[in-house]
Amino acid sequence: MTKAITVSGLHKSFGSTHALAGLDLEVEAGEVHGFLGPNGAGKSTTIRVLLGLLRADSGAAQLLGRDPWADAVELHRHVAYVPGDVTLWRNLSGGEVIDLYGRLRGGLDPARRADLIERFELDPTKKGRTYSKGNRQKVALVAAFASDVDLLILDEPTSGLDPLMEEVFQGCVEEERARGRTVLLSSHILSEVEELCDRVSIIRKGVTVETGSLADLRHLTRTSITAELAGPPDGLAHLPGVHDLDVQGLRVKLQVDTDKLDAVLRSLTASGVRSLTSTPPTLEELFLRHYQDDATETAPTSTSTSAKAVTR
Amino acid sequence: MTTATARFATRPGGSRQLAGTATLLRFALRRDRLMMPLWVGVIGLLVVSMPNSLKSIYGTAAERADVARQMLTNSSLRATYGPVFSDTLGGLTAWRIGGYAGVFAAIMSLLIVVRHTRDEEETGRQELISSAMVGRRAPLTAALLAALVANGALALLIAGGLAGQGGPGALALGLAVAGVGMVFATMAAIVAQLTESARLAKGLTGGLLGAAFVLKAAGDSATADGSSVLTWISPVGWLEELRSFADERWWVLLLFAAAALVQGAVAYELAGRRDIGMSFLPTRPGPATGRLRTAGALALRLQRGALLGWSLGFLAAGAAFGGITKGASDLVGDNDKTREIIERMGGQSGITDAFLATMVNMLGMVAALYIVSSVLRLHGEETSQRAEPVLANAVGRLRWALGHLTIAFGGSVLIMLLGGFGLALGYGAELGPILGACLVQLPAIWTLGGLAALLYGLSPLLAPGAWGAAGLALLLGWIGPALNIPQTVMDLSPFGHLPKLPGGDMAWTPLLVLTGIAAAATATGLAGLRRRDLST
Repeated sequence: MTKAITVSGLHKSFGSTHALAGLDLEVEAGEVHGFLGPNGAGKSTTIRVLLGLLRADSGAAQLLGRDPWADAVELHRHVAYVPGDVTLWRNLSGGEVIDLYGRLRGGLDPARRADLIERFELDPTKKGRTYSKGNRQKVALVAAFASDVDLLILDEPTSGLDPLMEEVFQGCVEEERARGRTVLLSSHILSEVEELCDRVSIIRKGVTVETGSLADLRHLTRTSITAELAGPPDGLAHLPGVHDLDVQGLRVKLQVDTDKLDAVLRSLTASGVRSLTSTPPTLEELFLRHYQDDATETAPTSTSTSAKAVTR
Repeated sequence: MTTATARFATRPGGSRQLAGTATLLRFALRRDRLMMPLWVGVIGLLVVSMPNSLKSIYGTAAERADVARQMLTNSSLRATYGPVFSDTLGGLTAWRIGGYAGVFAAIMSLLIVVRHTRDEEETGRQELISSAMVGRRAPLTAALLAALVANGALALLIAGGLAGQGGPGALALGLAVAGVGMVFATMAAIVAQLTESARLAKGLTGGLLGAAFVLKAAGDSATADGSSVLTWISPVGWLEELRSFADERWWVLLLFAAAALVQGAVAYELAGRRDIGMSFLPTRPGPATGRLRTAGALALRLQRGALLGWSLGFLAAGAAFGGITKGASDLVGDNDKTREIIERMGGQSGITDAFLATMVNMLGMVAALYIVSSVLRLHGEETSQRAEPVLANAVGRLRWALGHLTIAFGGSVLIMLLGGFGLALGYGAELGPILGACLVQLPAIWTLGGLAALLYGLSPLLAPGAWGAAGLALLLGWIGPALNIPQTVMDLSPFGHLPKLPGGDMAWTPLLVLTGIAAAATATGLAGLRRRDLST
């Protein structure tokens, strides 16, 4: 598989703020890639570098095999972008903006445009300022999905959309995937990411802390286990990777690092299992772990080393 | 439940329309802490430094009396400078700078008012503010009070600074300048209720100010003592009617007060009758499909309204000034004695040409404001985040910028030609020489446009500096000669290097050099734009 986006060791500073501190990102062609991180982690900065709006201080970035800064214009023929906060011109109607953006890219499919306008329930005759936030977002989404491009870069594209429109959006992304287009989706809506994305990258403080398929990532987190045993548990507390152990008679509750699950199960069956429930980690837990780390951890050195360890 | 009701009941009725005004006023003054002192300081210093400058030009009482006599007899000079009511240093100060100070105070005031009213609504910031304990009319009140603070400070500065020339005259001039400011502050308050766009509100109020200025000039040329009805219907003319330092007619101040109060009341009434963010000129729906194909077409679409406004304004201003000049030469023709005086000074056609040249030059300097505003549309598009999605399409920065620059530079040609056309039409003169004179202004206009492109291209932070440069050129051109400013400083303005046409000798070298400078600056700006980060 070819790569749609490859970024390695990307650095970008604004004055004394290091927005990107060696960020890595790989997006395969044809996949929907989730791009996650707390506010201020550097998602939008990365996207702006990928669009050639900002010039990276150092590091390598390639979009569809080309340099996003030097080949910006030629590249943008194949790229559609939806920002998280769409601003429109007050005296241009939504329809005019959709058509303009389409023509400024590789072209626009009129049938798909009409279809999308209907599905998103957008009134294309209204003018800039009279749209609500959600409707401004729809203008950019229709323009992006109707454009004839290979790569969609969506930066929190559904902010302001109602749940029905959120569903329409997810349907559109599925269609894009079916057509073999690549989508980079930056989002905070975890159900959306879980539903849509083949792989995700989580970034924090300008570096990638985790990347992989959701199954891969689940592997890195803890599974909760509740078991009722035939006999008293033995030695569970000393097993590596066991957390929050709570033993009440024959009832055991614990959390275990998913890659250490094997030893725990062995120990449980040794005592005899009467009932067992195992809950895989939710995406929320996955993210919260990283997002909360952001609040507690401050040393930047430990960040970069742990990032290496996890991505390996 | 009862406690909640009681809490609401403590302030009954509609008395809370102004809630939060004090906080909003402090907030406005905080936001304007740089802009306001700068405006007040520059205008105030201009006025206060005038007596000294005049003293160095017209050293003796006899010379000053001579100036006054010239203004009394020569209507075309009067149209440019206004009548003199007293040949004291104070009287000459009021004559030479009063009108311009009033115009600048008006610009300052309209900017302050629109900035804190329509601008806030257009950007959506007002919504959050109004969701707090802020009365419906508090934002407008705070904006007008902010303008009052600025104009009050200006009045004090002028009254104090000129006190040496005569206390009452200084006070009258200070109050009159502030009065013009407040009339246009309240006018801007009305216009801001009518349009949804802050830019349009500023443009329309600026257009009304231009009309008031032209009316005053026409009135000045028509009569020697300012008794023309044209002067009386122009708020800028009232400043003259007050006759500072020459037996002040204090009751004229009532005109300012009445106009400001009536306009303020209208604005208040309108503000209370509409929803936030809405306007009385409604937004119509647009087409469902668009025909814009390129970034250049988008730029034209975005700028066409402003260009249309400038075009009409230049045509009208040209025609009005042409008409004034015609009246002036007719007057000269009728009166043997005046003709004799003027002929001794260089002949009738010489005077008319000189006057036309002054008018063309003035149009040119105002066109510099157009080109700066048009070039800085790039800046506005970038900082409002609208450039980002456009540039994320297959649009190069160069092409995007060139779209706007073409309109800026081409538009300056268009409006100068229209201004010249109006001038020739109003005067009834041959079109060719006047159009030629208008085109000769272009290299200077382009130089300022090039400077704007240069500053913007290097960094969006520098871009507003282009306004400073255009303002400086305007100041030097209008008032520089009277201030006796050293030639090296005068040479800073590109307009100072232009041949004086019609009437003067054509000189190609400065035109080519200025055009070269403009081209180099624009190219450097574009090169910078290609290299730098887009502001986020």
